[in-house]
Amino acid sequence: MTTQIRFLLGDKLMVLKDVDPSMTVLNFLRCVVGRPGSKEGCAEGDCGACTVMLCELRGDDLQYRAVNSCILFLPVLDGKQLVTVEDVKSENGTLHPVQQAMVDLHGSQCGFCTPGFVMSLYTAYQTERSLTRNQVDDVLAGNLCRCTGYSPIATAAMRMYEYKEPSVKRNNVLEQLQDIRRNEVLELNWADRKYYAPASLTEFATLYAQYPNAHILAGGTDVGLWITKQHRDLDTIIYTGGVQELLAIDETSDQLVIGSAVTFSDAHPPISRLYPDFGELIRRFGSVPIRNSATIGGNIANASPIGDAIPPLMALGATLLLNRDGETREVLLDDFFVGYHATILEPGEFIQSIVIPILHKHRLGVYKISKRFDQDISAVCAAVSIDLEGDNVRDVKVCYGGMAEVPKHATECEQALRGKRWTRETVDLAARALQRDFAPISDMRASSEYRMLVAKNLLVKFFIETSAPKTTTRILEYAATFAG
Amino acid sequence: MQQPSLAESTVSPGRIRGGVHDALPQDSAHKHVSGEAVYVDDIPAAEGQLYAAIGVSDNPHARLTRLDLQPVEDMDGVVAVLTANDIPGVNNITPTVGSEPVFARELVEYAGQPIFAVAAKSVEQARRAARKAITHYDDLDPIITVDQALEKQCYVLPSHTMKRGDSKTAIASAPHKISGNLRIGGQDHFYLEGQVALAIPQEDGDVLIHSSTQHPSEVQHTVAKVLNCPNNAVTVEVRRMGGGFGGKETQATLFACIAALLARETRMPVNLCMDRDDDMIVTGKRHDFLTEYEVGFDDDGRILGVDFSLASRCGISADLSGPVNDRAMFHSDNAYYLENVTINSHRCKTNTVSNTAFRGFGGPQGMMGIETVVDEIARHLNKDPLDVRKLNLYGVDERDVTPYEMKVEDTNLSTIIRDLEQTSSYRERRKAVAEFNANSPLLKRGLALTPVKFGISFTLTHLNQGGALIHVYTDGSVHLNHGGTEMGQGVMTKVAQIVAEEFQIDIDHVKITSTNTGKVPNTSATAASASTDLNGKAAENAARTIKNRLIDFAAQHFETSPGEVSFRNNEVVVGKQTLPFAKLVKLAHQARISLSSTGFYSTPKIHYDREATRGRPFYYFACGAAVSEVVIDTLTGEHKLLRVDILHDVGKSINPAIDRGQIEGGFVQGMGWLTTEELCWDESGHLTTHAPSTYKIPVCSDVPEDFRVSLLEAANKEDVIYRSKAVGEPPLMLSLSVFFALKDAIASTNGHERSPRLDVPATPERVLMSIQELSHRHSDKI
Repeated sequence: MTTQIRFLLGDKLMVLKDVDPSMTVLNFLRCVVGRPGSKEGCAEGDCGACTVMLCELRGDDLQYRAVNSCILFLPVLDGKQLVTVEDVKSENGTLHPVQQAMVDLHGSQCGFCTPGFVMSLYTAYQTERSLTRNQVDDVLAGNLCRCTGYSPIATAAMRMYEYKEPSVKRNNVLEQLQDIRRNEVLELNWADRKYYAPASLTEFATLYAQYPNAHILAGGTDVGLWITKQHRDLDTIIYTGGVQELLAIDETSDQLVIGSAVTFSDAHPPISRLYPDFGELIRRFGSVPIRNSATIGGNIANASPIGDAIPPLMALGATLLLNRDGETREVLLDDFFVGYHATILEPGEFIQSIVIPILHKHRLGVYKISKRFDQDISAVCAAVSIDLEGDNVRDVKVCYGGMAEVPKHATECEQALRGKRWTRETVDLAARALQRDFAPISDMRASSEYRMLVAKNLLVKFFIETSAPKTTTRILEYAATFAG
Repeated sequence: MQQPSLAESTVSPGRIRGGVHDALPQDSAHKHVSGEAVYVDDIPAAEGQLYAAIGVSDNPHARLTRLDLQPVEDMDGVVAVLTANDIPGVNNITPTVGSEPVFARELVEYAGQPIFAVAAKSVEQARRAARKAITHYDDLDPIITVDQALEKQCYVLPSHTMKRGDSKTAIASAPHKISGNLRIGGQDHFYLEGQVALAIPQEDGDVLIHSSTQHPSEVQHTVAKVLNCPNNAVTVEVRRMGGGFGGKETQATLFACIAALLARETRMPVNLCMDRDDDMIVTGKRHDFLTEYEVGFDDDGRILGVDFSLASRCGISADLSGPVNDRAMFHSDNAYYLENVTINSHRCKTNTVSNTAFRGFGGPQGMMGIETVVDEIARHLNKDPLDVRKLNLYGVDERDVTPYEMKVEDTNLSTIIRDLEQTSSYRERRKAVAEFNANSPLLKRGLALTPVKFGISFTLTHLNQGGALIHVYTDGSVHLNHGGTEMGQGVMTKVAQIVAEEFQIDIDHVKITSTNTGKVPNTSATAASASTDLNGKAAENAARTIKNRLIDFAAQHFETSPGEVSFRNNEVVVGKQTLPFAKLVKLAHQARISLSSTGFYSTPKIHYDREATRGRPFYYFACGAAVSEVVIDTLTGEHKLLRVDILHDVGKSINPAIDRGQIEGGFVQGMGWLTTEELCWDESGHLTTHAPSTYKIPVCSDVPEDFRVSLLEAANKEDVIYRSKAVGEPPLMLSLSVFFALKDAIASTNGHERSPRLDVPATPERVLMSIQELSHRHSDKI
């Protein structure tokens, strides 16, 4: 066990003891170490003004990830390198290509969002050798700018590679990070607050059994807001991010098993390969910095009516492996939720992994409806999987988020389809059956009427996509190929 | 190692670096990208500095019967708690007329209205404490919507009418008539840097305030009123804002006053930095409008008479609602000649936060009315809306007088539209869109061209003044100060270019300094797009004063005539000899010549009689036009902008790069207002969209890669600084083309038979419901 957090701030080793475990990295930067370059624009991970880069060990390689420092808790930095906008310029004052491109191409106006943009692009500079405009859109989906209209920033992003890479002497980060690699539990005690970061599944299960009222911290993209917005006191926190077993992804011929602490970014490639529509949904889930932190396990355990991962997982018949002090049980995701933000999890029990069947005969359609395409919360999320034998519906699952207090199957609709002929008439009847399945609410994201109408229309859209595949139905795909 | 530059800005031989017309990067760009640019909350905290938070009303309209602050005072770290009773001066921060308290005392009038403030040792402690007050209310009936206010005739200001000709008769006798209404949503500024003020006590009870404000003089004067001290006891300084957009014109005052009150009480520096949610709840926004219209027109689509009724949600107080609604009236013609017109304007009082300035300042809402009318006429007559737009356009030397009897000269409108129609291939694309729509059952495209004519000047004539202060030091370096504030629009860079040009020295020798009420007094807000016009001229005036002294001195010193002295490329030519600028300055100093001067400018030619609604409120008009093409999904209402073509008149641009940035940024901000940005209140008057999680401004992917912007660089016929034109606000309204392209796409779903009903913002929900409504109307007809 250790009681010290060790991380690199730029090139400098930081060793911290006695820190508030729920202090955000942004507050640490701005108020403790005098690095005010990273800004607070929203304190909820939605604007990107606080974006920083984390560099961490993946085996013997380094992985670079942009994250939102405003909702990242300080102890999560343990074992990692934190790079902020203050680290990007060379010591001799030469701007980095990202910075010079932003200056030359007029990528800043008021400048307040700019450090966040620079860090998102600086991270992309480490990981990519070039960017298309669509890739830029993805890389910057989590960075809001209110002045420029983005075009000059997007141009800078694509052209930053034209500049000479700075030949700066950097310390050997790999070696430094290997030196501070931790294989034991990290325990912090600060005032009445405790923070544990176990390294193994056994340690995690034991700790959680010992502290069943502890708050489990995964990506923190929701828990962070409990601090910044709700000003809550979190007495005991147990962090999943260092637990190797929970970070594993295993694929066999018939299933994909994703550890509950796997981030959306890490889960994206294998899911996308198996189910492109599910992959596209993940591409639109939050933003790059959110997906770099947020976990699929957290998205499920949070039991929100609008957790986007849930409808497609349900439609695929996914199961969850639950663990309580080492005792495991497997449950169907369908049976996991019992109400608004309520699950069947017993005290001390947690999601160990998500098991996604690999269905060879099914077709999966996934649709997300929101006011804005990128980085928005669904008004309605729909997932339909179907197994057709000729035009006969052998198996079908129709699941929606945003239509009820939890994401769920449209059972009446499914019943109206199962065993029937896959025709427009059947689909229209099944769409009408949705009115018996759901009575959605009206809120700031959509009215009840729109939710119901669009839920029906999405089923129709799925039908058109299966029955008349040449029809152009996807607006984003169309826009990407449009040349006016 | 020097990077190879991709910048357009070039150094030409024989020419100074960074003179006027150079596409220079913003002066702080290198500091923005390195995180070194200092915003108010970045100023290092002084020892013992305190942090403030505001306690607000949870009730939209009620008598506050009990306010128990003991639990607040008992919280960890709390040093001071203030209410209305602790204000030594007046509890009123209205920038115009009427009353708007710092803290509500007995009556709360909107959910989110400040009732007390806390200073504590940390931000967290202050924010936690501010939630602990015990409040009891006697509820009163709230008025939340425009409709409720209209029904009860509840207004913050008297209604106002502008009238020319006889619209009633003209409409009655017209071959065609249409009437309808349009709901236009408001908009949150969503400046990335929230409201913030840092108040630092000085000797004699004075206070220095670092404020993120577009209007340091108003902050100064209002803080003085609230503290009950003379203006000269308060100094306000602004280096830069992290965005303003009108949201820091009057709205910054509240936070500066509270920080100043707490600093006075505690005798410690106090930082008040608003959390995003609180900021969105506590500060005013763009006015939402209910616009009703009735129009009569002929078979060609020519408008014969039109009536408008504009009703806006003003919130609880006047704030800037008077001039905002006036500007909506002034822009109810947009680019079109309205011979017979009546415009009624109602300024509704509601129990919601007081709405305020926002880029365009009522202009966008005014233009939405007339553009809707023109679009409806075209759809009624089954014509291309562009043809009806062109038909109604202001003429040259005929049909060229606005409803307020100002002659429209020099707008380049018809040139702009004609050029854009060609360069954007409008007619070809119109055909391509029709063809696509005929073959695509689910996705439909739409196309629209809309013009903008925007009046430049504060409509309150006396605000049209600018001031500057310039010092030249003995090494030839220049200290530049003026009344404009930097919020990202580049005013500092442009004014520095003007001064560099005047002295003929590289811009690197011109130090841009913080706007400070101690240097240039009694300034107007940085607003109305006019700050380069006003402060650029004032700075030029100051520089010219010093330059003239130098010329006279040089002529005398070198025994020649002033006509033989000229400044060029960092040097001064005196007769046959040339000496460096710095050398002449040093000589002048030794000869006891003053090297410091103020400068001043007031806009000529403008006047306006508000009672008669006649005059010339604007010095000139800034114009442009845009073509937008969109695609919609008829099953979901989702939509995407595919391509934009813009031609915008910036006069002879002082900095084409900055102007382009204003055009692109303004367009995208306007597009957000018209499409994704939806402000929602629940029935009890609580804003439910108060964070970026629920309030969606455009992101990068909402902006098409195919975004073509051209500047029409025709010299301004008026003597505006270097014949440029103001560019801050006008381009926002170019985005109307997106809205009307969406309407066009929706109309295609029933073969352009009927005009769809579409309100602002055109969210996917509104688009889908519009399609539904259209098809129902269609089937009713059958």
